[in-house]
Amino acid sequence: MALLKSNKVIYCLGNISPSLGVLSTRNSSWWGGVQMGPPDPILGVTEAFKRDTNPKKMNLGVGAYRDDQGKPFVLSCVRKAEALIASKQLDKEYLPIGGLGEFSKACAQLALGNDSEVLKSSRSITVQTISGTGSLRIGANFLSRFHGGPHDVYLPKPSWGNHTPIFRDAGMQLKAYRYYEPSTCGFDFKGALEDISKIPEQSVIVLHACAHNPTGVDPKPEQWKEIASIVKKRNLLVFFDMAYQGFASGDIDRDAWAVRYFIEQGHNIVLSQSFAKNMGLYGERVGGFTVVCKDAEEAKRVESQLKILIRPIYSNPPMNGARIAATILNTPDLRSLWLEEVHGMANRIIKMREQLAAGLKKNGSSHNWQHVIDQIGMFCFTGLKPEQVERIIKEYSVYMTKDGRISMAGVSSGNVGYLAEAIHAVTK
Amino acid sequence: MSVFSDVPQAPPVAVFKLTADFREDSHPQKVNLGVGAYRTDDCQPWVLPVVKKVERLIVEDESLNHEYLPILGLPEFRSASSKVALGDDSDAIKDNRVGGVQALGGTGALRIGAEFLRRWYNGVNNTSTPVYVSAPTWENHNAVFADAGFKDIRPYHYWDAAKRGLDFTGFQDDLEKAPEHSIFVLHACAHNPTGTDPTQEEWKKIAEIMKRRNLFVFFDSAYQGFASGSLDKDAWAIRFFVSEGFELFVAQSFSKNFGLYNERVGNLTVVAQDSENLTRILSQMEKIVRTTWSNPPSQGARIVSKTLNCPELFAEWKANVKTMADRVLLMRDQLKSKLQALGTPGTWDHITQQIGMFSFTGLNPKQVEFMIKEKHVYLMASGRINMCGLTSKNIDYVAQSIHEAVTKIQ
Repeated sequence: MALLKSNKVIYCLGNISPSLGVLSTRNSSWWGGVQMGPPDPILGVTEAFKRDTNPKKMNLGVGAYRDDQGKPFVLSCVRKAEALIASKQLDKEYLPIGGLGEFSKACAQLALGNDSEVLKSSRSITVQTISGTGSLRIGANFLSRFHGGPHDVYLPKPSWGNHTPIFRDAGMQLKAYRYYEPSTCGFDFKGALEDISKIPEQSVIVLHACAHNPTGVDPKPEQWKEIASIVKKRNLLVFFDMAYQGFASGDIDRDAWAVRYFIEQGHNIVLSQSFAKNMGLYGERVGGFTVVCKDAEEAKRVESQLKILIRPIYSNPPMNGARIAATILNTPDLRSLWLEEVHGMANRIIKMREQLAAGLKKNGSSHNWQHVIDQIGMFCFTGLKPEQVERIIKEYSVYMTKDGRISMAGVSSGNVGYLAEAIHAVTK
Repeated sequence: MSVFSDVPQAPPVAVFKLTADFREDSHPQKVNLGVGAYRTDDCQPWVLPVVKKVERLIVEDESLNHEYLPILGLPEFRSASSKVALGDDSDAIKDNRVGGVQALGGTGALRIGAEFLRRWYNGVNNTSTPVYVSAPTWENHNAVFADAGFKDIRPYHYWDAAKRGLDFTGFQDDLEKAPEHSIFVLHACAHNPTGTDPTQEEWKKIAEIMKRRNLFVFFDSAYQGFASGSLDKDAWAIRFFVSEGFELFVAQSFSKNFGLYNERVGNLTVVAQDSENLTRILSQMEKIVRTTWSNPPSQGARIVSKTLNCPELFAEWKANVKTMADRVLLMRDQLKSKLQALGTPGTWDHITQQIGMFSFTGLNPKQVEFMIKEKHVYLMASGRINMCGLTSKNIDYVAQSIHEAVTKIQ
């Protein structure tokens, strides 16, 4: 009998029957016990929106950028890159497990900066991943398998809804630290520091690098410095999630400031990056996962283990999006065009925030809507309560997630007035 | 003190290491018979003409954008893929009890299927259900099921080294002795790595035992069309099992038959007893996909979908597939003839009896080492060769090398 190679021990149960669950008889199904899964809360909003026949309906659910006409926006730099790539007539051979080399390198440089000491000493590894989700999952799997510290992952309260099931499916436990202060619709700095200072050593802490999802509330640089200090004191493993570099402030270096600061302070972080939003490459699934290591030798060992994790999930990543992203990042005039377009997208969002706040004031709202302007990135935590959200969906066909989160990208100069009216109507 | 100081260096994945070693070799007559990708007679990768055509159509279509696909993938892709596997006149499809999950290649389809089975098959979260994979099998099968959480992965008898063919007695024996509800991973056609498939009569017997013993059927279909040149012929086993009433999974890959290796195009076809079961199954598949990659990449699925759903393009694709299959058949024929002409000891009928991209030559590890080190002909330690690596220009050298290996090394 041929032996099977495995990195896990295979043991034979011999003739012992496995524990039996639902028995399938000849005419029944294996799947009688499969429960109906709940619809995804975020993507479910779009489904409901599609079914609505109200001409004034607005989809403020999923975080995909829209132009001022409410249309998906394909960046010019992307179209130009695609034309360039098409002209090269490349083959379709498998990528390496870790992905396209030119992409991974450029992806790391974008996050860490061109003069990064980490990159100069080759003490990090970046692998191409299936956008941000794929990156987080690989990271979670890696920690689950190799992290010697507690397998508790501390998420900010609240965090992106998918963080929890990703880490859980990877075998980690979820905990939280205070983050959003509902009374101010701002950052609960005191609460965050208090909670973080109590986190057991070597636990994992997830930080949103910029444009926190879902609240849009980011720490200020001085606050980041204090967080970095206390995280260091507690000896925590930092897992940065950066899905909006460039998209938050319009400036890629500014948006990566926290990541770079932590590294400078000696944190060997792990980092997830997504190019879904900042390059509009949503469906192409472009992302990266980086581990900053002690030295180049450790980086090689970590790389080898990341490949062992990736191979039994999808073997190697898809070429198309990575090729586009690499072309943009590595071709000077395309890169400049990209920076302009990212700046443009961020600016439109900022303008919509200003117009929404102004519109609410004009409608005579007595509430303080400053947070709409202060919050940053694609999302705005309006402060709407669940009953108000239910009303705004039902009565105004304005679709948002139950937590009152709206995607500013879905707001345009054509509908911002209606949105202000609707929000005022359910909150007055 | 680093949190990762204790992370051990993992061994490289063998098949990719082989290609890496091949690349570094400067010998003028070197031949790569390792990794499973098609090559033309000039030993070049081949982007299918129909793929080039469809890609141009996609680039020129200004109405297309890069928005997210649904979690389960492009609907037109999913339905067309399942149809290709099950046939145009499939009753199961007509009964609305067939669904698809677009996945990242065949690997991704296997993994999503494995994750689902671990969570929902044979109880809830039952990690002890035995999973049987053929001896030998594609080396990644083991890790896919292990990483999905299965604790008991076992081999079933398959390759008979002595007779260089299927050990059908051993295979049936394992089916009879397997605990009820065990999962069996079956290669739909063009078994990797042996190239040895059961005959139709043998498949019928396998189905009979599996039905009687309540074993779960998980087909791995990575070479439909590529094996015999006919899509329908290569899907015979799958369709037979479906017609016998099995609820089953089929992990489909379009890497080889569309030459779309790096776009990661695959589909997990689910055949359920009825549409109500299917709905619940797909809802749980969504949850699994959402924490793995959220939604699949669009480019490859668009190419395959456009091709499968347009009659002219579909016909063109079938012709491209036949081109590849025919070249492989020609190389098999010629290799066997040359070895016979050289008087190489042993029988070489298995080279033309085996089917698909791979051939289990029967060379032992020492002979393989000789082939690589002395002759610069790269093949897997198992003796597996990729027929696509053979060309009219190198086939004489390869035949000669095999001859030397067999006569000089025991």
